[in-house]
Amino acid sequence: MSRMMLRNMRKNQKGVITAVKKDGELGRRIRDMGLVPGTEITVQGRAPLYDPVALRVMGSVISLRNNEADFIEVEVQP
Amino acid sequence: MTAEFRIALAGNPNSGKTTLFNALTGSRQHVGNYPGVTVEKKEGVYRLENTKINIVDLPGTYSLTAYSEEEVVARDFLIFEKPQVIVNIIDAANLERNLYLTTQFFELGIPVVIALNMIDAARDRGIEIKEDRLAEYLGVPVVPIIARTGFGTQKLMEETVRQAAKKKEWNSKPISYGEDIDSTLLDLEEKITSGNFLTDTYPGRWIAIKYLENDQQIKERGRKENAALSALLEKKVEAVSLHLRETMETYPEAMVADHRYGYIKGILQKGVISHKYDKDRLYTSDRIDKVLTNRFLGPLFMGLVLFALYTFTFNYSELPVSWLESLFGYLAQTAEHMLPDGHLKSLIVSGIIDGVGGVLGFVPLIMFMFFGIAILEDSGYLARVAFMLDRIFRIFGLNGSSVMAYILSGGIAGGCAVPGVMATRTLRSPKERMATLLTAPFMNCGAKLPVLALFIGAFFSENKAQYMFFFTILSWMVALVLAKLLRVTVLRGESTPFVLELPPYRFPTLKGLFIHTWEKTWQYIKKAGTVILGISIIIWAMMTYPGLPAKDKEKFVQQRQEVEVAYPAANVAGKMAIPEEEAAERSRMLAAIDRAEAQMALRNSAAGRVGIALESVSFLAGFDWRTNIALIGGVAAKEVILSTLGTAYSLGGDNQKESGSLGKTLAADPGWNPVKGLSVLLFISYYAPCFVTVVCISREAGSWKWGAFSMIFNTIFAFLLATLVFQVGSLFC
Repeated sequence: MSRMMLRNMRKNQKGVITAVKKDGELGRRIRDMGLVPGTEITVQGRAPLYDPVALRVMGSVISLRNNEADFIEVEVQP
Repeated sequence: MTAEFRIALAGNPNSGKTTLFNALTGSRQHVGNYPGVTVEKKEGVYRLENTKINIVDLPGTYSLTAYSEEEVVARDFLIFEKPQVIVNIIDAANLERNLYLTTQFFELGIPVVIALNMIDAARDRGIEIKEDRLAEYLGVPVVPIIARTGFGTQKLMEETVRQAAKKKEWNSKPISYGEDIDSTLLDLEEKITSGNFLTDTYPGRWIAIKYLENDQQIKERGRKENAALSALLEKKVEAVSLHLRETMETYPEAMVADHRYGYIKGILQKGVISHKYDKDRLYTSDRIDKVLTNRFLGPLFMGLVLFALYTFTFNYSELPVSWLESLFGYLAQTAEHMLPDGHLKSLIVSGIIDGVGGVLGFVPLIMFMFFGIAILEDSGYLARVAFMLDRIFRIFGLNGSSVMAYILSGGIAGGCAVPGVMATRTLRSPKERMATLLTAPFMNCGAKLPVLALFIGAFFSENKAQYMFFFTILSWMVALVLAKLLRVTVLRGESTPFVLELPPYRFPTLKGLFIHTWEKTWQYIKKAGTVILGISIIIWAMMTYPGLPAKDKEKFVQQRQEVEVAYPAANVAGKMAIPEEEAAERSRMLAAIDRAEAQMALRNSAAGRVGIALESVSFLAGFDWRTNIALIGGVAAKEVILSTLGTAYSLGGDNQKESGSLGKTLAADPGWNPVKGLSVLLFISYYAPCFVTVVCISREAGSWKWGAFSMIFNTIFAFLLATLVFQVGSLFC
């Protein structure tokens, strides 16, 4: 088990969110989508230019930009 | 006796809310706007035996904060209009996240009925929900439905009426947000209630939560109500914020959100939901995405889809457009024959019929465009387009969704800015949306194409296609660079977060597509129609009045008489007629006099005078008064440029054949050269959009200021560009 920022995760890698270090509008939009500590995520894929990233979260697919993923810390499953 | 209730329909985007609203209300819908904002307000009626249920469809939102217009509108509606019940539609396959909005209704205390939608799709995914347990733990009724087929909707309405009839008081449901927050909440609530602070409008506990969430709208209202008490509350929030940041590296708003999810998770774990399959199983939708968002196949397929949308909108609408054209052509002809010559006839034919025809001529285009977009949107593909293109468009301060507006406006040469500007509705970020709709008119629309073709043919003739392609690419560059310029000046600000849901692929319902298309088209006809009719009459008047002085008119009458005398009728086989060999020459000369008169009248008109006055500035870019008049006319519609230029060069007539001779005339005219041609061409490409577009921009941006801005900004930019090209080019030629 190791912690890393969401931006650095590979495709198909799984993990559990440990922290969302952002307040204000961006922080709120991230949380609205269910990206809160304790939520399990899987990196589903990336756009053709490697950014944004698509995540599987609670049965839906969410995309966010890499610079937005920078605020999300994940404990990655081996 | 009939009872009447008023309920609100709310839910996340992609939860099937619009489908349910359409299923319930059918065609009995009324679409308007919330006061002061561009957010649509849809209302409809459902009848249950003797009960009339007025349904307001709130904008789809994930939350009820004050960050977006939609959320503020939804929230203010609930608070100020107090619907008796809120029907909260929830995607059963996405229960956990959808219930997040529900917790916020609980905080507000409004009576809720949950419509658990798409239970069939959830079942296909192996998700089974025990709705009775869910209802028990949440403490509100839960009705399973399938909005697409109508299953369960009657039961939903029966339950809704039952709840509404109870006339329950609003009652905030206490959710725990952790020890630190809870104790602060109690403290704040006590101060709020005892100070009677905004409590006439909002529930006390809710105000306290909003202060903790740092909600700007509520804080502002609070400061106005009681500045001292508001400051006290803010100080207490500040203290707990500091504490949370130091001890746990988090924020009160984050704690509140985390605990809302905690509350939901707690309920769902009590045997409410069961998964038959492994949670990570790939669904059909994910498999489709493997291809459609693939690094290589994705962009290829997207290119095809966008091209197909474009072809669909512009090619398939050709036939109905031509029907409308011939209808208005017929009307104009009839009026031409029936009315006596004079200003009234000119007003009806050139002002009213052409004006109304101009507006209605766009209708098939708009219908086809909205139909195409509705398919892309409802199927879920539009979100993928935004996803794939975001990286590129972000460089210019836009986002991935901007591409459609550009393409429809003429990003593939020959579009139209009217549907393009209206297509920006799919952008959810306000600043990005404004930048897109202000720059979309820089694309080469179908009306600019013949003008470009004429100038290219006259001055750079050899390779029309290559030049066309060059000017299309140039338009993209101009639009993107100016979008960037706007985003660092008048529309400055950080990019709006682009946290986007990629909904599962679904087959759109035909009913939904038709309702969607008709609504948008009707709005266009209603709002744009009236304004544009007025404007086209003004432009007509500018190009007609004050007309020629009597002295000059007399001169033309005299010239005509001279021609008639020179070619007298002769007695041919017992009938008085003009000899055949002379008739052609005679009518040619008469037509030349007509054209000379039209040219002189145009020169003498208000537009002509403005054109001449503008020469003192426009000479910098090489434009003479004839070009100026044509450009003024082009503000009504770009098609007018060629016909006006024709009249100004006394070629007369606006039929297509004449434009060929116009090209030859310009190429041969010593006053024109390739540099001037290029300068005019660039100016026409980028100056003020036509009036229909300006009206649409004003409507979409929510203010006439933006319409005026686009006219002034675009004209100044185009003029600077044209001047630069003309001045530099003249040095070398």
